[in-house]
Amino acid sequence: MQVSVYRYNPDVDEVPQMRDMSVDLPEGKDLMVLDVLELLKGQDPTLSYRRSCREGVCGSDGINMNGKNGLACITPVSEVVKRGKLVLRPLPGLPVVRDLVVDMTQFYRQFEKVQPYLINDQPPPAQERLQSPEQRAELDGLYECILCACCSTACPSFWWNPDKFIGPAGLLQAYRFLADSRDSATAERLSKLDDPFSVFRCRGIMNCVSVCPKGLNPTRAIGKIRSMLLHQGT
Amino acid sequence: MALVTNVTSLTRSGLADFLIQRITAVVLALYTLCVLGFLLVTDNLSHAALVDYFGSMGMRLFSTMAVLSTAAHAWIGMWTVGTDYIRPHYFGTGATVFRFVYQSGCVLILFVYVAWALQLFWSL
Repeated sequence: MQVSVYRYNPDVDEVPQMRDMSVDLPEGKDLMVLDVLELLKGQDPTLSYRRSCREGVCGSDGINMNGKNGLACITPVSEVVKRGKLVLRPLPGLPVVRDLVVDMTQFYRQFEKVQPYLINDQPPPAQERLQSPEQRAELDGLYECILCACCSTACPSFWWNPDKFIGPAGLLQAYRFLADSRDSATAERLSKLDDPFSVFRCRGIMNCVSVCPKGLNPTRAIGKIRSMLLHQGT
Repeated sequence: MALVTNVTSLTRSGLADFLIQRITAVVLALYTLCVLGFLLVTDNLSHAALVDYFGSMGMRLFSTMAVLSTAAHAWIGMWTVGTDYIRPHYFGTGATVFRFVYQSGCVLILFVYVAWALQLFWSL
């Protein structure tokens, strides 16, 4: 199989380039894209990418495969390959450190802005802050995010304004704490989000939903934040 | 305090801009239906018929509301487009100057449009 890989080593290369390589796939077995990367690294040990758990839990190996973001470790080659060719690029919109490794500082900075931790000014009870099963169910589809950045780097609004628009991953986490019955900073959190960029730069094109490897729906969470802002503001 | 402040957006509030853009879109859709309906049901479309229709107090007020809605809707939209695309990444250090000129141009065009339309509607 032909594989075209984005290569860039800022210490050596003036500009990035796509390099064609080929790998022999075992008969009758559908490899994951991460397996193909491992085979490529066997040919060229200088090829750089992030990987860790290789089972879609750590979120390290988010890359762009034939134009669509996803986790290399849980994406079968057969699902992304087009006309017998696999094209691998780094996640779009973030600065490239080397080859398929991107600098995620901007992504984490936006995540940090939503204060992704429980805020509660009441004294903690002896054991734990309790929730009803219904209150706990409100967090389903929100807490599962693994911060792989596939969604935010598929979002044009995040490409244009990565310093101002929080992006789908950060906003999913913002709503995760807005929806948490144990959090008491709802008004404060909402007032921080009511500017023309942080939430409202989302145009609802749903690229985030289309690429999320965990099947989450950041667009719905953003809609819920808008509804909460509407309730608070009117 | 909001995470991002921006003095050139219409209201500085994302929610207010969002609502204004949608409410003005509804006003413009209703106005379009109103004008299209008039054009479709009028058999003998003459200058006199147009003056008679648009010169009524109801249509003068509705036209004024429509042109003000156009201005607000267009400003929010053009401001959004400008802040998306006119950025240092594409235009280097001159991006801020370019964006200021672009926004000033938009304001000037919208002002002329509103003034001209009001003068037309209220001199019928």
